Amino acid sequence: MKKETARTLRAFAIELTIYALLVVAYFFLVLNLLGEWLYRLEISHRYTYAGLAILLIIGQAVLLESVTTFLIRLLRGRSE
Amino acid sequence: MFFPISGAHISPIYLVIAGFIIGILGGFFGVGGSFIAGPALRLVGVDWNFAVGTDLAHIVGKSAVAVRRHRALGNVDLKLGLVMALGTIAGAEAGAQLIQMLKRAGNVNLVVSIVSIVVYFSISVFMIWESQKTLRSRKGRSQRGLVKGAKSKRDHSAFDPVTRAIQRLKIWPMIALPASGIKAISLWIILLVAFVGGLFSGFLGGGAGYIRMPSMVYVLGIPTHLAVGTDLFEIIISASYGTFTHAVKGNVDILIALVMHTGAAIGAQIGAISTQYFAGPKIRLAFVPLPLIGAAIVIYTLFTGHKL
Repeated sequence: MKKETARTLRAFAIELTIYALLVVAYFFLVLNLLGEWLYRLEISHRYTYAGLAILLIIGQAVLLESVTTFLIRLLRGRSE
Repeated sequence: MFFPISGAHISPIYLVIAGFIIGILGGFFGVGGSFIAGPALRLVGVDWNFAVGTDLAHIVGKSAVAVRRHRALGNVDLKLGLVMALGTIAGAEAGAQLIQMLKRAGNVNLVVSIVSIVVYFSISVFMIWESQKTLRSRKGRSQRGLVKGAKSKRDHSAFDPVTRAIQRLKIWPMIALPASGIKAISLWIILLVAFVGGLFSGFLGGGAGYIRMPSMVYVLGIPTHLAVGTDLFEIIISASYGTFTHAVKGNVDILIALVMHTGAAIGAQIGAISTQYFAGPKIRLAFVPLPLIGAAIVIYTLFTGHKL
């Protein structure tokens, strides 16, 4: 049981590190590419911005969920 | 890091950590976590209107992740979630109108503060009583803390007789919820529960999962695991609606929400997976501090005059 817990914790730590690296890269990509454009959109086209905001957050949710699921499978060799 | 839409300077690490904590709470308890997210944004200087709107956008993303995970575990009743979304949106509008009325009367802060303190304390006291009574009554049986599989999702509550009486009310139209193990229940009761949740959401802010999740368990008789997953599914719909209306009013900084959500995405998965290892009454007992935290924040703002 202890061995299994240690293995799970180790897999989780690796998963978190890989995830953190991906997230940092993602920050620079998204915030640099989209930041200024979204700011201008928010000022000039509120309804488009409102719709796009929901699409962006749901899109990111699906993308990140896929990434974390992939990492879990890769590191633990099975689906949770 | 500078966020041009809200004009705030915030460390992205702070946002990711805050999102992570809120994600765990949301994935485990089926709540949006607005009572923590709002003050967490306010703490770093985000204006209150942006804190509310951005929090809603972040809740949409976080709930979407948790719902995908809960769905894989068989914890989402889509039919119930869609029906409840209708009642929630209507309730949220009614709550917002009530706020406008109180604004005009000039006593909105005092009334909302007192109502929220009473509601938060009542939920906590009731859930302590119910979950402890349920856990005590289960002691004689051969129940283990670790639960897995569909059968273990059927949990017991000390409030069961009242729940069964509510389910027996024949107010047409009756609908079946096979995913939740309910043969027939009045549509109006579901809509009423959703409406009350929406009313509190519109009146007190946030997704009001702190009231909807317990109501689903105690009033509708939904097993706790399914109530958590279905509540999150329903939150996606109602919070999307809230995000849209707030974004149109210029209250959403989607860049903050996106950064915060990167932490919440992994936290929500951890929270959702963790529900497999706890029995329903234990989840409900662990839920108790959440409304109390909300009450503590309101008492603080009421007595000091500061908004966190």
